[in-house]
Amino acid sequence: MGVCGVIEAQALTKRYGSKTAVDDLSFEVRPGFVTGFLGPNGSGKSTTMRLLLGLDRPTAGRSLINGKSYLDFAAPLHEVGALLEARAVHTGRSARNHLLAMAATNRVPRKRVDEMIGLVGLEDVAGKRVGGFSLGMGQRLGIASALLGDPGVLLLDEPVNGLDPEGILWIRNLLKALAAEGRTVFVSSHLMSEMAVTASEVIVVGRGKLIASGSVAEVIRGAGNGVVMVRTTEADRLGSLLISAAANVQRLSPDLLQVSGMDSAAIGLVAAREAIPLIELTPQQATLEEAFMEITRDAVEFHGNELSGAELAPSAFGGAL
Amino acid sequence: MTATTIARSDVGAARITQAGVIKSEWIKIRSLRSTWFSLLAAVVMIVGLGTLFSAIHTSRVEQGNGPGGQISLDATQVSLRGIFLAQLAIGVLGVLVITGEYSTGMIRSSLAAVPHRQPVLVAKALVFGVVVFVVSLASTLAAFLLGQQAQASTHQQASLGTHDAIRAIGGGAIYLTLIGLLAVGLGFLIRNTAGAIATLFGIVLVAPILAAALPEPYSNDVSKYLPLNAGTQILLTRDFDPTQLSPWVGIGVTALYAVVALIAGAIMLKRRDA
Repeated sequence: MGVCGVIEAQALTKRYGSKTAVDDLSFEVRPGFVTGFLGPNGSGKSTTMRLLLGLDRPTAGRSLINGKSYLDFAAPLHEVGALLEARAVHTGRSARNHLLAMAATNRVPRKRVDEMIGLVGLEDVAGKRVGGFSLGMGQRLGIASALLGDPGVLLLDEPVNGLDPEGILWIRNLLKALAAEGRTVFVSSHLMSEMAVTASEVIVVGRGKLIASGSVAEVIRGAGNGVVMVRTTEADRLGSLLISAAANVQRLSPDLLQVSGMDSAAIGLVAAREAIPLIELTPQQATLEEAFMEITRDAVEFHGNELSGAELAPSAFGGAL
Repeated sequence: MTATTIARSDVGAARITQAGVIKSEWIKIRSLRSTWFSLLAAVVMIVGLGTLFSAIHTSRVEQGNGPGGQISLDATQVSLRGIFLAQLAIGVLGVLVITGEYSTGMIRSSLAAVPHRQPVLVAKALVFGVVVFVVSLASTLAAFLLGQQAQASTHQQASLGTHDAIRAIGGGAIYLTLIGLLAVGLGFLIRNTAGAIATLFGIVLVAPILAAALPEPYSNDVSKYLPLNAGTQILLTRDFDPTQLSPWVGIGVTALYAVVALIAGAIMLKRRDA
């Protein structure tokens, strides 16, 4: 069962009329990790989720979960649990009846419904109509629904949307616990700060295309904006030495240099060889958010689009905490 | 919350069955208030209006008995006239059972749970059809019995033993069920509440009016095949109109509308993005 728990997108493409929502997207999500699916709003995350769940038909390419097409599952809720964006629940029905109806399709025992209501902490409102639920309660109901069949693979579209800080912490711990049990946890979000603390792997998309994937550290490194701050008594001499070593140097104050294109170890060696005293040598760690800004801006330019990074930013981080 | 509470021990070899999907749709239909309101409205219209029409007819007969001659009507059909109004409530419910899922996004949960989709349509049509048929049959029977009692003083009242009375009572329930299933099919085709209701009432109520505007003999050639005219011939026990279809052929034509709408709905459900 080498493919067990693996989500694969193979050259997935989805066009709506002339608009390409997902563009030749390939990636692989492995079990045992929380994998963040990052991208600005409108970058094709939700569409990809719908394609993975067989709700939309791809224009080209295919997706496999556990090595199978979603349509080939005998009882999909037992293999894949999904939380869809924009609450996919009838507002006139109570939470318990919603879960009972979902459970019945895939023969999930009734007892499991009450267990899941307890797990997400909706006991007090389970008999109430979902229409009166807050966004946070709706998300909890969605999580309960996703976990009904005890699936090995979880697809969660923007699960922290609308949650209060306590709820966000709850989701974060739940996702990590699910991954620690060996499940595949694939979580989309436009909140980079949230994914930086929840996910260990990330897949970054922009305009439907894959921009980067790997561990959070790899993606940050790949963004290539490692900057080192250097404070020295001989800024002139060190600066020109570093420039001749092909680094990029900016002088921020008489004794402070901002160096890029060279790591702190290499800078330290140059200084030592020339006996230049260093007062401070600090690598500036980029955050996932900065890395994301950096790589999505590249993608936008690559497309020859007129959009500037500044225009991209508000939509990408409009909901940032 | 601990990790161990998430996993369940009793994982069986589960698979989707039509029976499971039917159970799910049964839970769904009875857990919405709109179901109960619509059915209550239909019952009140069938029984209440049937009895009222019967009483009105009785007083007309009593006043009309004189030199002008005696008014005589099909006593069975008079008591079942509430069906003409009740089809609105049943039609709206049939549309809502489907479009309610599209407007709330529930359909994506339903189809993710049953990715082959067709079992969802089959289950919805079956559960809705059985519920509507049972409620309608109880109502038409009650309307008939109460209506005949109201007409007792005319001495023209029918009884269950009257020729074709049982066919009319059962036929009324079949007609309402078929209109409901036509609504379900249109719901899957159109997916939007207002659009599906407008289309349904366009076909059932407006089309006969438009057909009446056609010159003879085309007018009747068209109108007798419309679901309203074709399907309600089954409510008659006497005074059959020779220009209309016979009761069973007529209800068969109405059934054809429902079947075509359901098949088209099934094809589009399978083909379109959810």
